[in-house]
Amino acid sequence: MSQTLLSVRGISKHYAGKAVLRSLDLDIFDGEFLTLLGPSGCGKTTLLRLLAGFERADSGSLTLAGQDLSPVPPERRPLNTVFQQYALFPHMTVFGNVAYGLKMEKRPKDEIHQRVTDVLRMVQLDQLADRKPHQLSGGQQQRVAIARAVVKRPRLLLLDEPLSALDYKLRRQMQLELKRLQRELGITFVFVTHDQEEALSMSDRVAVMRDGVIQQLGTPREIYERPENLFTARFVGETNLFPARVTAVNGERIAVDIRGLPRDLRKREFPIEVGQQVNVLLRPEDIRVLAADADHGFAGKVIERNYKGSTLDSLIRLDDGNLVLASEFFDEDDPAFDYRLGEPVKVSWVDGWEWLLPMDEEADAIQA
Amino acid sequence: MKTWLPRTYLFLVYALLYLPIAVLVVYSFNDSRTAYRWGGWSLRWYEALFSNHAMVQAMWNSLWLALAAATVSTLIGALTALALQRYRFRGKKALRGMLFVVMMSPEIVLAISLLALFLLIGLQLGFISLLLAHVTFCLPFVVITVAARLNGLDQRLLEAARDLGAGEFTTMRTILVPVMMPALLAGWLLGFTLSLDDVVVSTFVSGPSYEILPLRIYSMVRVGLKPEVNALGSLLLVFSLIMLVISQLILMRSKR
Amino acid sequence: MLLVLLPNLLVIGASFMTRDPSDFLSLPLTLDNYRRLMDPLYLQVFLHSLYMAAVTTVLCLLIGYPFAWALARVDKRWQTLLMFLLIVPFWTNSLVRTYAVKLLLASNGLINSALQSLGITEAPITMLYTEGAVIVGLVYLLLPFMILPLYAVFEDLRRELLLASHDLGAGRLATFFHVVLPLTLPGVIAGVLLVLLPAMGMFYVADVLGGAKNLLVGNVIKNQFLDARDWPFGAAASVLLTLAMAVLLLAHRLSRRRLGEEGET
Repeated sequence: MSQTLLSVRGISKHYAGKAVLRSLDLDIFDGEFLTLLGPSGCGKTTLLRLLAGFERADSGSLTLAGQDLSPVPPERRPLNTVFQQYALFPHMTVFGNVAYGLKMEKRPKDEIHQRVTDVLRMVQLDQLADRKPHQLSGGQQQRVAIARAVVKRPRLLLLDEPLSALDYKLRRQMQLELKRLQRELGITFVFVTHDQEEALSMSDRVAVMRDGVIQQLGTPREIYERPENLFTARFVGETNLFPARVTAVNGERIAVDIRGLPRDLRKREFPIEVGQQVNVLLRPEDIRVLAADADHGFAGKVIERNYKGSTLDSLIRLDDGNLVLASEFFDEDDPAFDYRLGEPVKVSWVDGWEWLLPMDEEADAIQA
Repeated sequence: MKTWLPRTYLFLVYALLYLPIAVLVVYSFNDSRTAYRWGGWSLRWYEALFSNHAMVQAMWNSLWLALAAATVSTLIGALTALALQRYRFRGKKALRGMLFVVMMSPEIVLAISLLALFLLIGLQLGFISLLLAHVTFCLPFVVITVAARLNGLDQRLLEAARDLGAGEFTTMRTILVPVMMPALLAGWLLGFTLSLDDVVVSTFVSGPSYEILPLRIYSMVRVGLKPEVNALGSLLLVFSLIMLVISQLILMRSKR
Repeated sequence: MLLVLLPNLLVIGASFMTRDPSDFLSLPLTLDNYRRLMDPLYLQVFLHSLYMAAVTTVLCLLIGYPFAWALARVDKRWQTLLMFLLIVPFWTNSLVRTYAVKLLLASNGLINSALQSLGITEAPITMLYTEGAVIVGLVYLLLPFMILPLYAVFEDLRRELLLASHDLGAGRLATFFHVVLPLTLPGVIAGVLLVLLPAMGMFYVADVLGGAKNLLVGNVIKNQFLDARDWPFGAAASVLLTLAMAVLLLAHRLSRRRLGEEGET
């Protein structure tokens, strides 16, 4: 699993003097589902197009299983792409679209027919082989696009926001189906998206990108629970931020002062000194809303309540003006659970659920 | 909302647009020698038309010219549109502006420009000069028709073909040309019709060696009324109707 | 790519010839031709031609504007057919259509026969070979050129805009002047452009319907070039026409820029 299939080394790319990718390194493992996640303009699509061969890097190297990819034109790279909006050939049938790549390989007719039929059956489109793309629904077109790319049995499948044109329900369904396909085919997937939920639920690993740089590379769990910087923390899911000052360091524990309230936290691996500023991060689901007479926590007022079905989201304005978002599962037995708007409450969290980041003034300024 | 007023108005304008054409067609079957009196149904003017050798010759000449002009301008126009869309090169803006000027300038200005040029380079006025002139005024229309389609073309289609293993030339042959075919056909038909219809430019750049239909009609209708023209006009009308229906069908099919 | 550029280079070359008319055939540069254009006789032809073209344009606009509006509001299913009917004449030989008009207008033509047999007039009215006949012919030929750009802008004009205007308290007239007219102005200008210039150059219409009188600028240019063989003078006349075109094109561009559209060709 952890054998490197494709390695990206020091890739840079500029458009009209503007850096899109900055000396980027990335190892893609054989058989994994890797997602490039980031806001638009972060360079994720450019990276994908570089892998496919539609763009040339200004510098750096691409190596696929030991072979230098740079001089190889797109048509001879052993990887295929599922395009945004699918890019199905409008003048060909479903069968024709899927067979196109095999025809280009000059495969015998029987083999083409067999392989196309097989792959169409796999994506449940064997009944629609004679339709033209415009006669298909969005989800069906999506499947044709995938079938067309995987029929060539590429080492690597590149997917450029393939689900962005589908509505929510269909998207969820296609996510599961893509996952299944990837397992069955054993092909390495490189998936581009700006939807963090999609990234977390599908991937083996996620690379969070910003401004042409990979911010963090890790499993979805690492990315969500242990973000390495504020950007990742904020881009992936909601985050509450408590700036704190370190007052004491005692072995594995540190004491901090958060908005005038002392709190004892577990130390993290980065060096910490007394007097240093740190950020304490808490996911909304880790926040606990307590009654106003609780003996600890930050005082505030509930200013918004959002019923989300399985959870109840509350927005609380602390007395110092900062906002905190809390997301709690229903506990119908708890009489104190349902706070009214404007009701004074206290906000806290279970010890050890917080996540500590060093305060990086410069980076934080960009964030704000 | 009252809708009868706009509808009546539309109907009236259409009636006025079609009245002269209808009269022309009806009178083309008139058996009377004088153009105005109705003398019963007859095909005599169609017969007269086809027994007139000079007339038939002019028809063939025009047809050849239109075929050649449409084909040449479609080929050049398609390449120009492609070049305009895909490549950045010096003078691109100028080229685009020039096409626009050619399209918008009054035909007569274009006509004398071309005539002056042909005389300057010593080109004998005849088929070649007509062809060059017709290609010149057809070209912008072809370029625009093709460019509109090219702009609507998803570039990813071409990338998808490359991605699936097609080289540059194969991509052109198997994807670009088929997808562009409706626009190419529409451009060709437009060029064909424009060429067949042109009077102004042809008046200037044609020579005695190559007489074409519009000029022959022109010399016939300048003075008085000629019943043969009714027949000829009706034929041309049917012809252009057929061309138009074909081009509309192509457009409709491509829109699906 | 060179092949692509060739015909366009032809036009550049040719356009230089027109801009430099005196350079052709006779070397000494002179403004005489332009001075001769100012000759009362030609000036009169010019102004008369301009006048006829202007009347044609106004008529086309008056007929075409409500027409395009009505057309854009017809049921979508019918629109395809109606558009088709509109471009049929456009695809039909314009000389033939000019001739068809002549057939109607002739002193013993259909209109006169009808009028006489209905007893409205005794003797045939002279309609052919008049200024009116030329204008009728021009309007007939050029009307689609006015309607097509107008139809395009009316189709883009969303109904909600009108409703919004009414909703905000504007009456019918106010809505027309503040919303409809400004938004359709580019179409009007494009239409005017497509009608006015050709109207001055369509010499064959004047020839067929106007007789020897009622000349257009096009006739002057053609006569000078092909009959009198006075090239520099003909060229000078066409330069004037080109200049008129340039001015109108500029107006067109400015109006498009004002609406914030890209001024691309």
